[in-house]
Amino acid sequence: MNAPLQPHTHFHKVELKPKDYKDEATPSFWCAGCGHYGVLTGLLRALSEIGVDPNFLVSVSGIGCSSRLPYFVNSYKMHTLHGRAGPVATGVHLARPDLAVVVSGGDGDGFSIGGGHMPHLARKNINVTYILMDNHVYGLTKGQCSPTSREEMKAAVTPYGGMEEPLDPILYMLTYGATYVAQAFAGNAKLGAQLIKEGMEHKGFAFINLLSQCPSFNELDTAVAFRNACDQVDPAHDVSDLAAAMQVVNAAKKACRIPTGLLYRTERPTLDQRMAELVKRVGGYKDYDLRKIIDLARP
Amino acid sequence: MQGTTKNDLIVRIGGEGGEGVISVGDFITQACAHAGLDVYTFKTFPAEIKGGYAMYQVRASTEHLYNQGDIFDVLCAFNGEAYNMNRAFLRPGTAVVYDSPGDFDPEIPPGVHAYPIPMTHTAKEMMNPRAKNMVAMGALSILFNIPVESLREVISAKFTRKGEDVVKGNLAAFERGRELATALQKTDPWTIGSPKSKQDVIVMSGNNAIGLGALIAGLDFFSAYPITPATEVAIYVAKHLPKRGGTLIQAEDEIASISQVVGASYAGKKAMTSTSGPGLALMSEMLGMAFMAELPCVVVDVQRGGPSTGLPTKHEQSDLFLAIHGAHGDAGRIVLSVENVQDCIDLTVLAFNLAEKYQCPVILLSDGSLAFSTQNVPYPDPDSYTLVERARWDGEGEYHRYRLTENGISPMTDPGTPGGMHIATGLEHNEAGLPSYTSANHEAMQAKRFRKLKGVVNDVAPAEVDAVHGAGIADIGIIAWGSTIGVVREALQRLRAEGYSVKGFYPKLLNPLPAQQFEAFGASCKRLLLPEVNFQGQLAHFVRAETSLRPESYTICGGMPFTPEMIVNKVKEILA
Repeated sequence: MNAPLQPHTHFHKVELKPKDYKDEATPSFWCAGCGHYGVLTGLLRALSEIGVDPNFLVSVSGIGCSSRLPYFVNSYKMHTLHGRAGPVATGVHLARPDLAVVVSGGDGDGFSIGGGHMPHLARKNINVTYILMDNHVYGLTKGQCSPTSREEMKAAVTPYGGMEEPLDPILYMLTYGATYVAQAFAGNAKLGAQLIKEGMEHKGFAFINLLSQCPSFNELDTAVAFRNACDQVDPAHDVSDLAAAMQVVNAAKKACRIPTGLLYRTERPTLDQRMAELVKRVGGYKDYDLRKIIDLARP
Repeated sequence: MQGTTKNDLIVRIGGEGGEGVISVGDFITQACAHAGLDVYTFKTFPAEIKGGYAMYQVRASTEHLYNQGDIFDVLCAFNGEAYNMNRAFLRPGTAVVYDSPGDFDPEIPPGVHAYPIPMTHTAKEMMNPRAKNMVAMGALSILFNIPVESLREVISAKFTRKGEDVVKGNLAAFERGRELATALQKTDPWTIGSPKSKQDVIVMSGNNAIGLGALIAGLDFFSAYPITPATEVAIYVAKHLPKRGGTLIQAEDEIASISQVVGASYAGKKAMTSTSGPGLALMSEMLGMAFMAELPCVVVDVQRGGPSTGLPTKHEQSDLFLAIHGAHGDAGRIVLSVENVQDCIDLTVLAFNLAEKYQCPVILLSDGSLAFSTQNVPYPDPDSYTLVERARWDGEGEYHRYRLTENGISPMTDPGTPGGMHIATGLEHNEAGLPSYTSANHEAMQAKRFRKLKGVVNDVAPAEVDAVHGAGIADIGIIAWGSTIGVVREALQRLRAEGYSVKGFYPKLLNPLPAQQFEAFGASCKRLLLPEVNFQGQLAHFVRAETSLRPESYTICGGMPFTPEMIVNKVKEILA
């Protein structure tokens, strides 16, 4: 029988350079100038800085341009269905809490088709790192409005302009109960790497929104526009204060600015921790005797 | 008190939900099984939580039981509604035990034996109004010779946790019910015979038995989303899986539950989920991915009445189309169906073995009546089951996850295996797992994935042929699946006793359909009948598509299973 599940407490470590985490087997997929390259650079640096053993790393994604990310990461990996990366990653992680699990995907994948899963990753405090590669547009289907697109965006299915209010992934994740919430411009790979590293080291569900320009289908949110709109959050901001984090985001929104850096962090037991405790509480697997369970059904 | 022994008795208890109908049914079932009788129960309950008509039918016999039987011999009516609901089924000889004085004053039809018992009144008189059902059960035990010592034991065992006073109160009401019935003149012939011998048995519902089968199979991970009539599988597993160090999670929806199962499977664990038709429909896309990425998983579908929300608490066998073909883009899977509680244990183990060996989804079809039907089965020895693990890479040479092999099966690696890194993707991929859209590759990979499934027929026991030894060509052969099989078994016994030449064929593997076995059976019968509880004749459709056979479809979809009598009458009608 398998050993009982242990909560995730540490990484299997090795010493590797960022380039050693780059899987070269799949040719480049993204357009020239795509912000996702910055996300990848940040991720590879973070993995190297932590020293995660690629054999014990699982990269999980859904569908979309951004969901091709795992192909470029030297790790075990799953390229799953549109919107389902979160629950698939939950399964990987809970079945094998010793693995490090990184989820990546776009704004449509995470907050449109997969939007129903996001609250549960957060509230259950699933100990995985979720990188949202948010370019405010559907790219792989060649330019339609996404749930984070600006209202005024003209796109393939909204030729006369959009009519819907965009959502803010950060506000959702704060509300849903994520225990680590951060944001950066993908072009700032240094900050991206730092936030991903901290997110992976954080015990609990880590959500990192990386704003990533789409040079092919989003003329509004260019790299320059993102870079110019980003403000590093005030160093005096109390990251343990949920209300303060929401205030920072709301104030920035009013001013048409984007707050970057770590916005919120708290600690509470992760689901894998709670499950490991439950196993202990019901006797632990060592005392497991299937016959005792069958005996309960004797008349 | 006199009466001729009947070795096979069906008692139906009906009343308002919450009146203890289910408890009485459970007590009688447990006591009969405890005493060494065969039991087979059938329940219906309202889709709503509060009130409504609840019914529990116990069939007990000194012989082996295959189904819930025809119509009841004894009706125990707790109230007027229960009497009225069953009024049409009363026939000369039926015994009716009813609450009197109660909320109704039945006009007993001629030939029906009436036993008025003051259930409500007596319980109130004893200052224990909730023990109305115990008064009724006491009366039933006297009137029909239900093993009384066993009943006393199960009452004590059941109420011990609630304290000695509760045990005493219930036993007192039970004994009072016996006294009341003793005073009555017994006029009907029904009594349960004495068991031949006591066997080492367990008594389980179909849903619990699936949970037990999963534990025997070595289940590691279960993801659940509540849905009638499948929820009890998860409830059972939730209670016991943590004891073996496994993980159960309740997901936010069925899409998430199958996604979690697929993730856990990629991580190297034996994983399953259970659901009913609406949930299986939601899982279709991910089941397609599990076939594409070749990830083992087990999905139990406890079928209920459809389409759409349909009849959520009622019986139907109507998800076969969905189970076999419910995915986009030419995807395959293995589909098994269970006949009874024994199958719920054994075929769940088989489902895991097949999923592991063939690295694909296995759907196990149960149904609404089997879900809640409790039956006795021999005490299962967990060590007697052969368990199969997925083929894992031996570490030699360069690893290619989807290597093209002769039988289509390519070894897997668990995360953490050095040199075994690979991607599981829903994109068409080459042997290394990397995206490839060339026509030659897609054809080769589709052929590989379907080539695997050719071996399945050899890993499942051949479909049982129900025939008298040496019988030649039968006048009629009946093909049945799911819990309908048990009904057909008994119908054939009765038909043979009347001199009919009949055979039965009971496939448990429905996809890939074992066509040769069907053909061989078809060749041994002049004509074929295929009864199933759905409107379209779903299995008949597949049999016509995949074999040369042209079975006559006999379908019902009234939310209830077939009875042996229905099959007997149908055969007689055809052969007349």
